[in-house]
Amino acid sequence: MKLLRAIAPLPILAALCACHAVVLSPAGDIAARQRNLLVEASLLMLIVIIPVMALTVLFAWRYRQSNSAARYEPDWEHSMPIELIVWAAPLLIIICLGALTWVGTHLLDPYRPLDRTGPGLEAQYPGKPLQVDVVALDWKWLFIYPQYGIATVNELAAPVGRPIDFHITASSVMNSFYIPALAGQIYAMPGMETPLHAVANRAGRYEGISANYSGAGFSGMHFAFLAMMPGEFNGWLAAVRAGGGALSRDRYRALARPSENVPVQQYAAVDPGLYRSILELCVEPGRSCRSGMIAAAQPYEPRAGN
Amino acid sequence: MAGSALLSKLLFGRLTWAAFPIHEPILVVTFIVVATGGAAVLGVITRYRLWGYLWREWFTSVDHKRIGVMYVALGVVMLLRGFADALMMRAQQAVAFGPSQGYLPAHHYDQIFTAHGVIMIFFVAMPLVVGLMNFVMPLQIGARDVAFPYLNNFSFWMTVGGAALVMISLFVGDFARTGWLAYPPLSGIQYSSDSGVDYYIWALQVAGVGTLLSGVNMVATILKMRAPGMGMMKMPVFTWTALCTNVLIVASFPVLTVVLALLCLDRYVGTHFFTNALGGNPMMYVNLIWIWGHPEVYILILPAFGVFSEVTATFSGKRLFGYSSMVYATVCITVLAYLVWLHHFFTMGSGASVNAFFGITTMIISIPTGAKMFNWLFTLYRGRIRFELPTLWTIAFMLTFVIGGMSGVLLAVPPADFVLHNSLFLVAHFHNVIIGGVLFGMFAGINYWFPKAFGFRLDPFWGKVSFWFWVSGFYVAFMPLYVLGLMGVTRRLHHFDDPSLQIWFVIAAFGAVLILIGIAAFLVQIYVSIRERGRLEDASGDPWDGRTLEWATSSPPPAYNFAFTPVVHDRDAWWDMKRCGYRRPLEGFRPIHMPHNTGTGVILAALSTVLGFAMIWYIWWLAAACFVGLLAVAIGHSFNYERSFHLAAEDVARTERARTRPIAAEG
Repeated sequence: MKLLRAIAPLPILAALCACHAVVLSPAGDIAARQRNLLVEASLLMLIVIIPVMALTVLFAWRYRQSNSAARYEPDWEHSMPIELIVWAAPLLIIICLGALTWVGTHLLDPYRPLDRTGPGLEAQYPGKPLQVDVVALDWKWLFIYPQYGIATVNELAAPVGRPIDFHITASSVMNSFYIPALAGQIYAMPGMETPLHAVANRAGRYEGISANYSGAGFSGMHFAFLAMMPGEFNGWLAAVRAGGGALSRDRYRALARPSENVPVQQYAAVDPGLYRSILELCVEPGRSCRSGMIAAAQPYEPRAGN
Repeated sequence: MAGSALLSKLLFGRLTWAAFPIHEPILVVTFIVVATGGAAVLGVITRYRLWGYLWREWFTSVDHKRIGVMYVALGVVMLLRGFADALMMRAQQAVAFGPSQGYLPAHHYDQIFTAHGVIMIFFVAMPLVVGLMNFVMPLQIGARDVAFPYLNNFSFWMTVGGAALVMISLFVGDFARTGWLAYPPLSGIQYSSDSGVDYYIWALQVAGVGTLLSGVNMVATILKMRAPGMGMMKMPVFTWTALCTNVLIVASFPVLTVVLALLCLDRYVGTHFFTNALGGNPMMYVNLIWIWGHPEVYILILPAFGVFSEVTATFSGKRLFGYSSMVYATVCITVLAYLVWLHHFFTMGSGASVNAFFGITTMIISIPTGAKMFNWLFTLYRGRIRFELPTLWTIAFMLTFVIGGMSGVLLAVPPADFVLHNSLFLVAHFHNVIIGGVLFGMFAGINYWFPKAFGFRLDPFWGKVSFWFWVSGFYVAFMPLYVLGLMGVTRRLHHFDDPSLQIWFVIAAFGAVLILIGIAAFLVQIYVSIRERGRLEDASGDPWDGRTLEWATSSPPPAYNFAFTPVVHDRDAWWDMKRCGYRRPLEGFRPIHMPHNTGTGVILAALSTVLGFAMIWYIWWLAAACFVGLLAVAIGHSFNYERSFHLAAEDVARTERARTRPIAAEG
């Protein structure tokens, strides 16, 4: 019975192949390398975990009170060889895992520009990476494409094989920008910018979410990530441009107001300084930008409900 | 009209009729259930005229054993509330797919997951752990009580006060909708302007004072009040873990107090410690709260490790394998607990070197933990294992905890954390270690020491029912969450679009129902044991053939614990005494110096709770009155010179005779 419970997780893991465990079969190189590290670390640890579980069951059974055939040594309490092994075995594994961690953390650091665009594609990408400025709003995602002068809400498109440089911030509270199929997450925080470098390797439609609870509309705060072939991406750009509409500061202020389950929106033009102003918390008229307000303290204004 | 509004504001602050959720059917029903249940309990107490008894013998008691029992009772009662929250969340997530929004709106659901986390950590796990330490540790070191008995009573009631504030938030106003650590800016006044976060702050501040003082108390007790002969390296391992845990409490709870005080200032007087304006930074909050929060998880798990050490040795009928190595491992964990906090937010954009450093320090903790696991294993080796309830819980722990440990180390690898942070994989991980570690440990401890506390064992049949439902329920409830985490599902969602996920949530909800049966069986176990206490009675005071000093005295122990302070010659002091043919002294008793009971702790805690309530609702006059009252009562109590008395030698002799007779009859 104990043994049964001990191995219970295994069939569940096997069943994973049946459902789509996106973390284990992602569509982006960064996420795939993160997955590899996950698997390697698991296997390393199983070297200790499996013997411990097996020995627990074995000892508990063998030394049960009713088994008078087993040796009983009530005063045996120390053994140098055993002590050495029980400290050294985990130590060795942690040394391996630590090395793996140090290297992996640096290689897959979200701040680090990509060293390759896919397995075997070590060469420098010939063109420029796609720039995307990401803003987490209450409760939707705004994507600004500074190279193309367009913006979208709750829809993010990128060409397969081209590196993407995300610059991520938030308008009000903390969220976490996460496309499980593409790359690991990073927090989106107001007044701060976090970067993410990633690349999509397989075309498709994937889900993007906020992975940090941010209030009432949090559950509806997801978006579509469209990984497209380069030609398709150009078509998408043209369609957004043709759609019309401009994201001015006024429109942004209206957009930034809390709203839930927001449908996809596209803007053919966007105020070029908007992202910078959001980051510096000065979209509201009359608010001075952070970089210029070192000494300019404002009086505290009591808010509604105070 | 304006005048009456002004008057109402002056008298009741922002508390209005709108704060009472009479339009929310779920809360109204809950209120009716709680109110009827409460009225029934109060009715029974009144009917059997128990008020005086409870007040004199329990509420005002400064006896560490009674305070310990009350802590455990508080933990069990709050477990029911916390688990009710869990069931509601599981039910919501099992049905809220596609067109169905489930039965809970976000406004309610978000309070529930916040309250669930807060209650389970602060008002279930902490009281259970502190309660066991309170009850067992002074007995294990051969002391008559803790170093500061009155402070102990006060600490307990402050914890109750915090729990009471959380419970009040159910029916008066809202609780926080921020998650259990209330990260700003969401928890700031701008995004959470109602009373919810204030309930959170004041509940934790009131309870935090209690926890901190209790920590000081126990460190002093262990360092200064051990029986003669008990050097540090002769302390039982549970006492060692209690020492390390209380050192962690003393060093980390002030951080929590300060960070909540700063958040409080941000909310009440408009400072900007954690806002984005005027140089404030919410990340500072996240750092500070985890500098408390990570040691907190070791505060919970170390005493559970201590329980398992006692249980494996006792029920294998064998010395603990590798005592020194156990002690060093515990101390290593204590120190390392302070060096890992950043692993809770690798994804906030620290650099690679910082992340890698904290990832590796986190992994290093698994080395002493692994060593402990092997030492328990080799304690079983060549033992004579009796499969009593504590043993069952311990073996379930050993098999379950390694899975949680493994998923924990995975999360400590920063690139892996980037894909699993905040996911249901994380939720499965920490439930795996907190249920599989702390809770299993507490059940092992409760079953192990219950006969010491009350003089009769807990019924094994219902105990086994509870055990099997708990353990299987845990696996059914949380293994699907590991899977969901790998499917990229994050936590705290109250609605899902993808219908293919539903089956996993339904399985998890079924697991929660199994756990519900486990909890019910535990309550039945207590009820049956009380009813059949004659059958389960243990007159010897040593039902498990124990090894440490708590088994040397009677069950339940007399108020003074030991008529003569024992002298310790061996790590397994009581085992050694039994082997050397120890005989109970029958004469030569002396008067024993004992502390008086006092109601001051109850009064101070009640005033603090009302103070918290007044601050939450901006009822300034009441807050000021309570504050003045607190000072007055505290100063007044310091003029109380009737703090202690001497228990006459004849009384001691009579108590000891009453206890020696049944042993003589038995043996």
